[in-house]
Order: sequence, then structure tokens, then C-alpha cells
Amino acid sequence: MVTTTTRAWEAAAAVTDPELPMLTLADLGVLAGVEESGDAVTAWLTPTYSGCPAVAEMAADVDARLREAGYTDVTVRLRLDPPWSTDLISDEGRRKLAEAGIAPPAAGGPPPGGVLRLGPTRRAVTCPQCGSTDTEELSRFGSTACKALWRCRSCREPFDRIKEI
Amino acid sequence: MTDDHVYLTLSEAGPEPEGEARWAYGTGFADPLLGVDTALPDGVEGADLAAYCQMLGDDALVLSQRLIEWCTRAPELEEEVALANLGLDLLGQARRLLTRAGQADGSGRTEDDLAYWREDHEFRNVRLVEVPNGDFAHTVARILAFATARQALYQRLVHHADPVLAAVAAAGTKELAYHREWAQEWLLRLGDGTPYSHERMQAGLDAVWPLLDELFTPHPVELRLGTDPAALREPVLALLADDIAEATLTVPDAAPLAYVGGRAGRDGVHTEDLGPLLAELQVVARAHPGATW
Repeated sequence: MVTTTTRAWEAAAAVTDPELPMLTLADLGVLAGVEESGDAVTAWLTPTYSGCPAVAEMAADVDARLREAGYTDVTVRLRLDPPWSTDLISDEGRRKLAEAGIAPPAAGGPPPGGVLRLGPTRRAVTCPQCGSTDTEELSRFGSTACKALWRCRSCREPFDRIKEI
Repeated sequence: MTDDHVYLTLSEAGPEPEGEARWAYGTGFADPLLGVDTALPDGVEGADLAAYCQMLGDDALVLSQRLIEWCTRAPELEEEVALANLGLDLLGQARRLLTRAGQADGSGRTEDDLAYWREDHEFRNVRLVEVPNGDFAHTVARILAFATARQALYQRLVHHADPVLAAVAAAGTKELAYHREWAQEWLLRLGDGTPYSHERMQAGLDAVWPLLDELFTPHPVELRLGTDPAALREPVLALLADDIAEATLTVPDAAPLAYVGGRAGRDGVHTEDLGPLLAELQVVARAHPGATW
């Protein structure tokens, strides 16, 4: 049950991601719900990747922010079902990522698997620095679990890209 | 807390108000199943579920440790980052599964209790994940086989009666798709590369193949839980055969690695390679029991 209008939601939603500080947990779709009852509040988080090392820190930040907002009985819980998907990143979140030089993920989740064939497999990814679509993937794995490393062939700049999951 | 960013906040000197949770360690947020409803569903025996979660969790933990051994050893920086990322995903899955195991059997053991304080004969991983890395092609072959089999398993486990196991599988299957894709790309690049890379990649497949049988051999616990891995044998081997053919390689014709009196990894019977791996994994926890930071 996602309630987006309460004061508690506003407080929790403003917490930023420790690895992507330009995004709030609400932008990222990690804040799965906030329930409020008097001075008691419960916030649910859905971790991005199973091994995301930032979960504990996010939970601590949400806890602290809710206490600052005046709640004395604060519980932070994880919600694993349904799993996080890059489709949960809001339009606002995608805009902020691009502004920060990180290419946002495409909508619709990851491309289907199957047998890998030789041949062009390029996705159309726009360079967040110069806007060119003449870009290439350097590695599907980058500085954090959720990012891939790309390079723009026009402006020659490398950039991160959130990969679909 | 004056700053949005916890790293910056931490660097500010000053006393911390008692009870304020502003940093992860020691604040009770280390539980990877924090606040998840962990009641056992009807019809699922806690001891069986715990044993099964240990099997899958140990697979992920031990393979994660092997992959991390590639740090500072990989042929390219990008591949080192890739292997570390795969290891991190598996570690995350292992943490959830081992935590679930400790809850399900009622022992209250934590993920750390299970990872650091069991002996090698108490680990329930298949031998595929514990043998040494070998060369890069051997690692590619192992990841391809493991990711393909584990993804097929998780795709079935998303419907399991235990909602925690189902949720772990639902998240894990999306991660394993990237593992499989990474291994497929290298299989293709090495297999359909030069005669020498082809030879090395084939040798990697040949080395891994005898270890696959265990992935599809049911343990009584799996049969009781309705998760017979024998059903995976045909579809997984078919996927692997397609990949191998595309890479101009040959599916090895190899007998399974011998069992010991019918027992192997799922029963705690391991190769001599697991002990040294665990020694490295466990040394810090055992040197400083109960340490926190």
C-alpha cells in the first residue's frame, strides 16, 4: 500500500541514494511504501540488486530522517516482492540522471536472453554529455552493480549508464 | 544529521546523539531480510527449507569467493570489474539465502554464523563452484554453466511455496541473466576466435563438464520440497549446447566426476580444494570472534 501524500512519505522520499546522490529514493523507486499511524511510522524499501551494499545505509538514512521529522516509533523494513526494476525509476529520476551525465535505462526491462549470435547488438544510447547517438558499450559492468560503462564516439567521453533490470 | 550524504556527515566531527541511527554498522540494519515476513508457509518443513537454502546459499557464497580471487588477476580491467560484479550479486543472494536458512531451522544462526563458523563438511555446495579457477576460459565455462542452471532453477522457484525463497529467486534471476550473457559473449569470442583461443576455451568446457551432473542430481531434501533439479537437466543442457554450437565448440563427452559412496557436495563431501578456500574466507572472523565495526 503506497501512500504518497503523508508527511512521513515526504520525509522518507527526500532521502538520497548514497551511490547516486542526485536521486532520491522515491526517484529511484526504492521507497516502496510508508505507513503512518500517530507517532509510529513504517517505511518499506525494495533493494535494487541482491548484493547492493548501500541498502543498510539507505535504511539508516530513512530511519534518521523520519526521527528528525518527529516520529519516535520508526521501523524500516525491506520488501523483496516484487523485485526492483529499472522501470520503477521515475521520469524525474531519468531526467536527473541524464543531467548528472549518467545515461538512464530504457523502459521495458532487460532485453530477452537466448542464444547469443555474432553480429551487431548495439542499443541506441544517447550520450548524456553531447547528445550524440554514436556511442558504444565498453563493459556491461561498471562502478556499481547497476551501471554499465559506455563511451561516446563523437565527444570521446566515457559515461555511465544504468542498465535495465 | 545536517547533510544529505552520509559519507559527508560521517566526516564531520562531533558527538553522536545516543540512539540516533545514522550509520549502517551496529545499528541493526545488517540483516539482509530486515523486516521481511519470515513465517514458514503451511506444508513446508523448516529443517528441509533451511537445508535447501544452505545448499543454494553455499553455492553462491563459494562461487562468489572464487570470482573475487580474480581481483588483480583478470586479463583486462573491465573484466576484473565484471567478475567482481558477478561475485557481488552472488554474495547478495548468498546472504539472503543463508539468513533464510538460519531462520527456517529455528536455530537463529545469522548469515555470519553460517558463513564463517561451519567446517567444510558442513557446506552443502556442489563441487562445481569450489574447484580452483583455472585459466580465464575455465572461469568462463564455469560461469556459463552455473548461471544457466541457476537461472533455470530460479525461474521455477519464483513459484515456490516459501515467499522468501520465491522473492530471492525473482530478484536473482534478473541478475543471472547478465552473468549468462557475459559468459556467452566470452564463449563466442574465444571459441570462434583464433585456433589457440578455441583450443583453450574447449579445454575450459572439458574441465567443467564432469562437474555438471551434481547440479541435476536430486537430494532427498529437494525431493521433499518439490524442487527436483533433475527436471532442469534437459533444458539447461539444451541451452548450453546451443551456445557451444554457436561458438563453434564441441559439447564435451565426459563422465561425471565420481561420487564418494554415492555422496558429494550436497552431502558435505567435497574436493580437497574447499578447505583452503574456506580458510581464506573465514580467517578474519575466526581471528577476531564477535568483532564489530
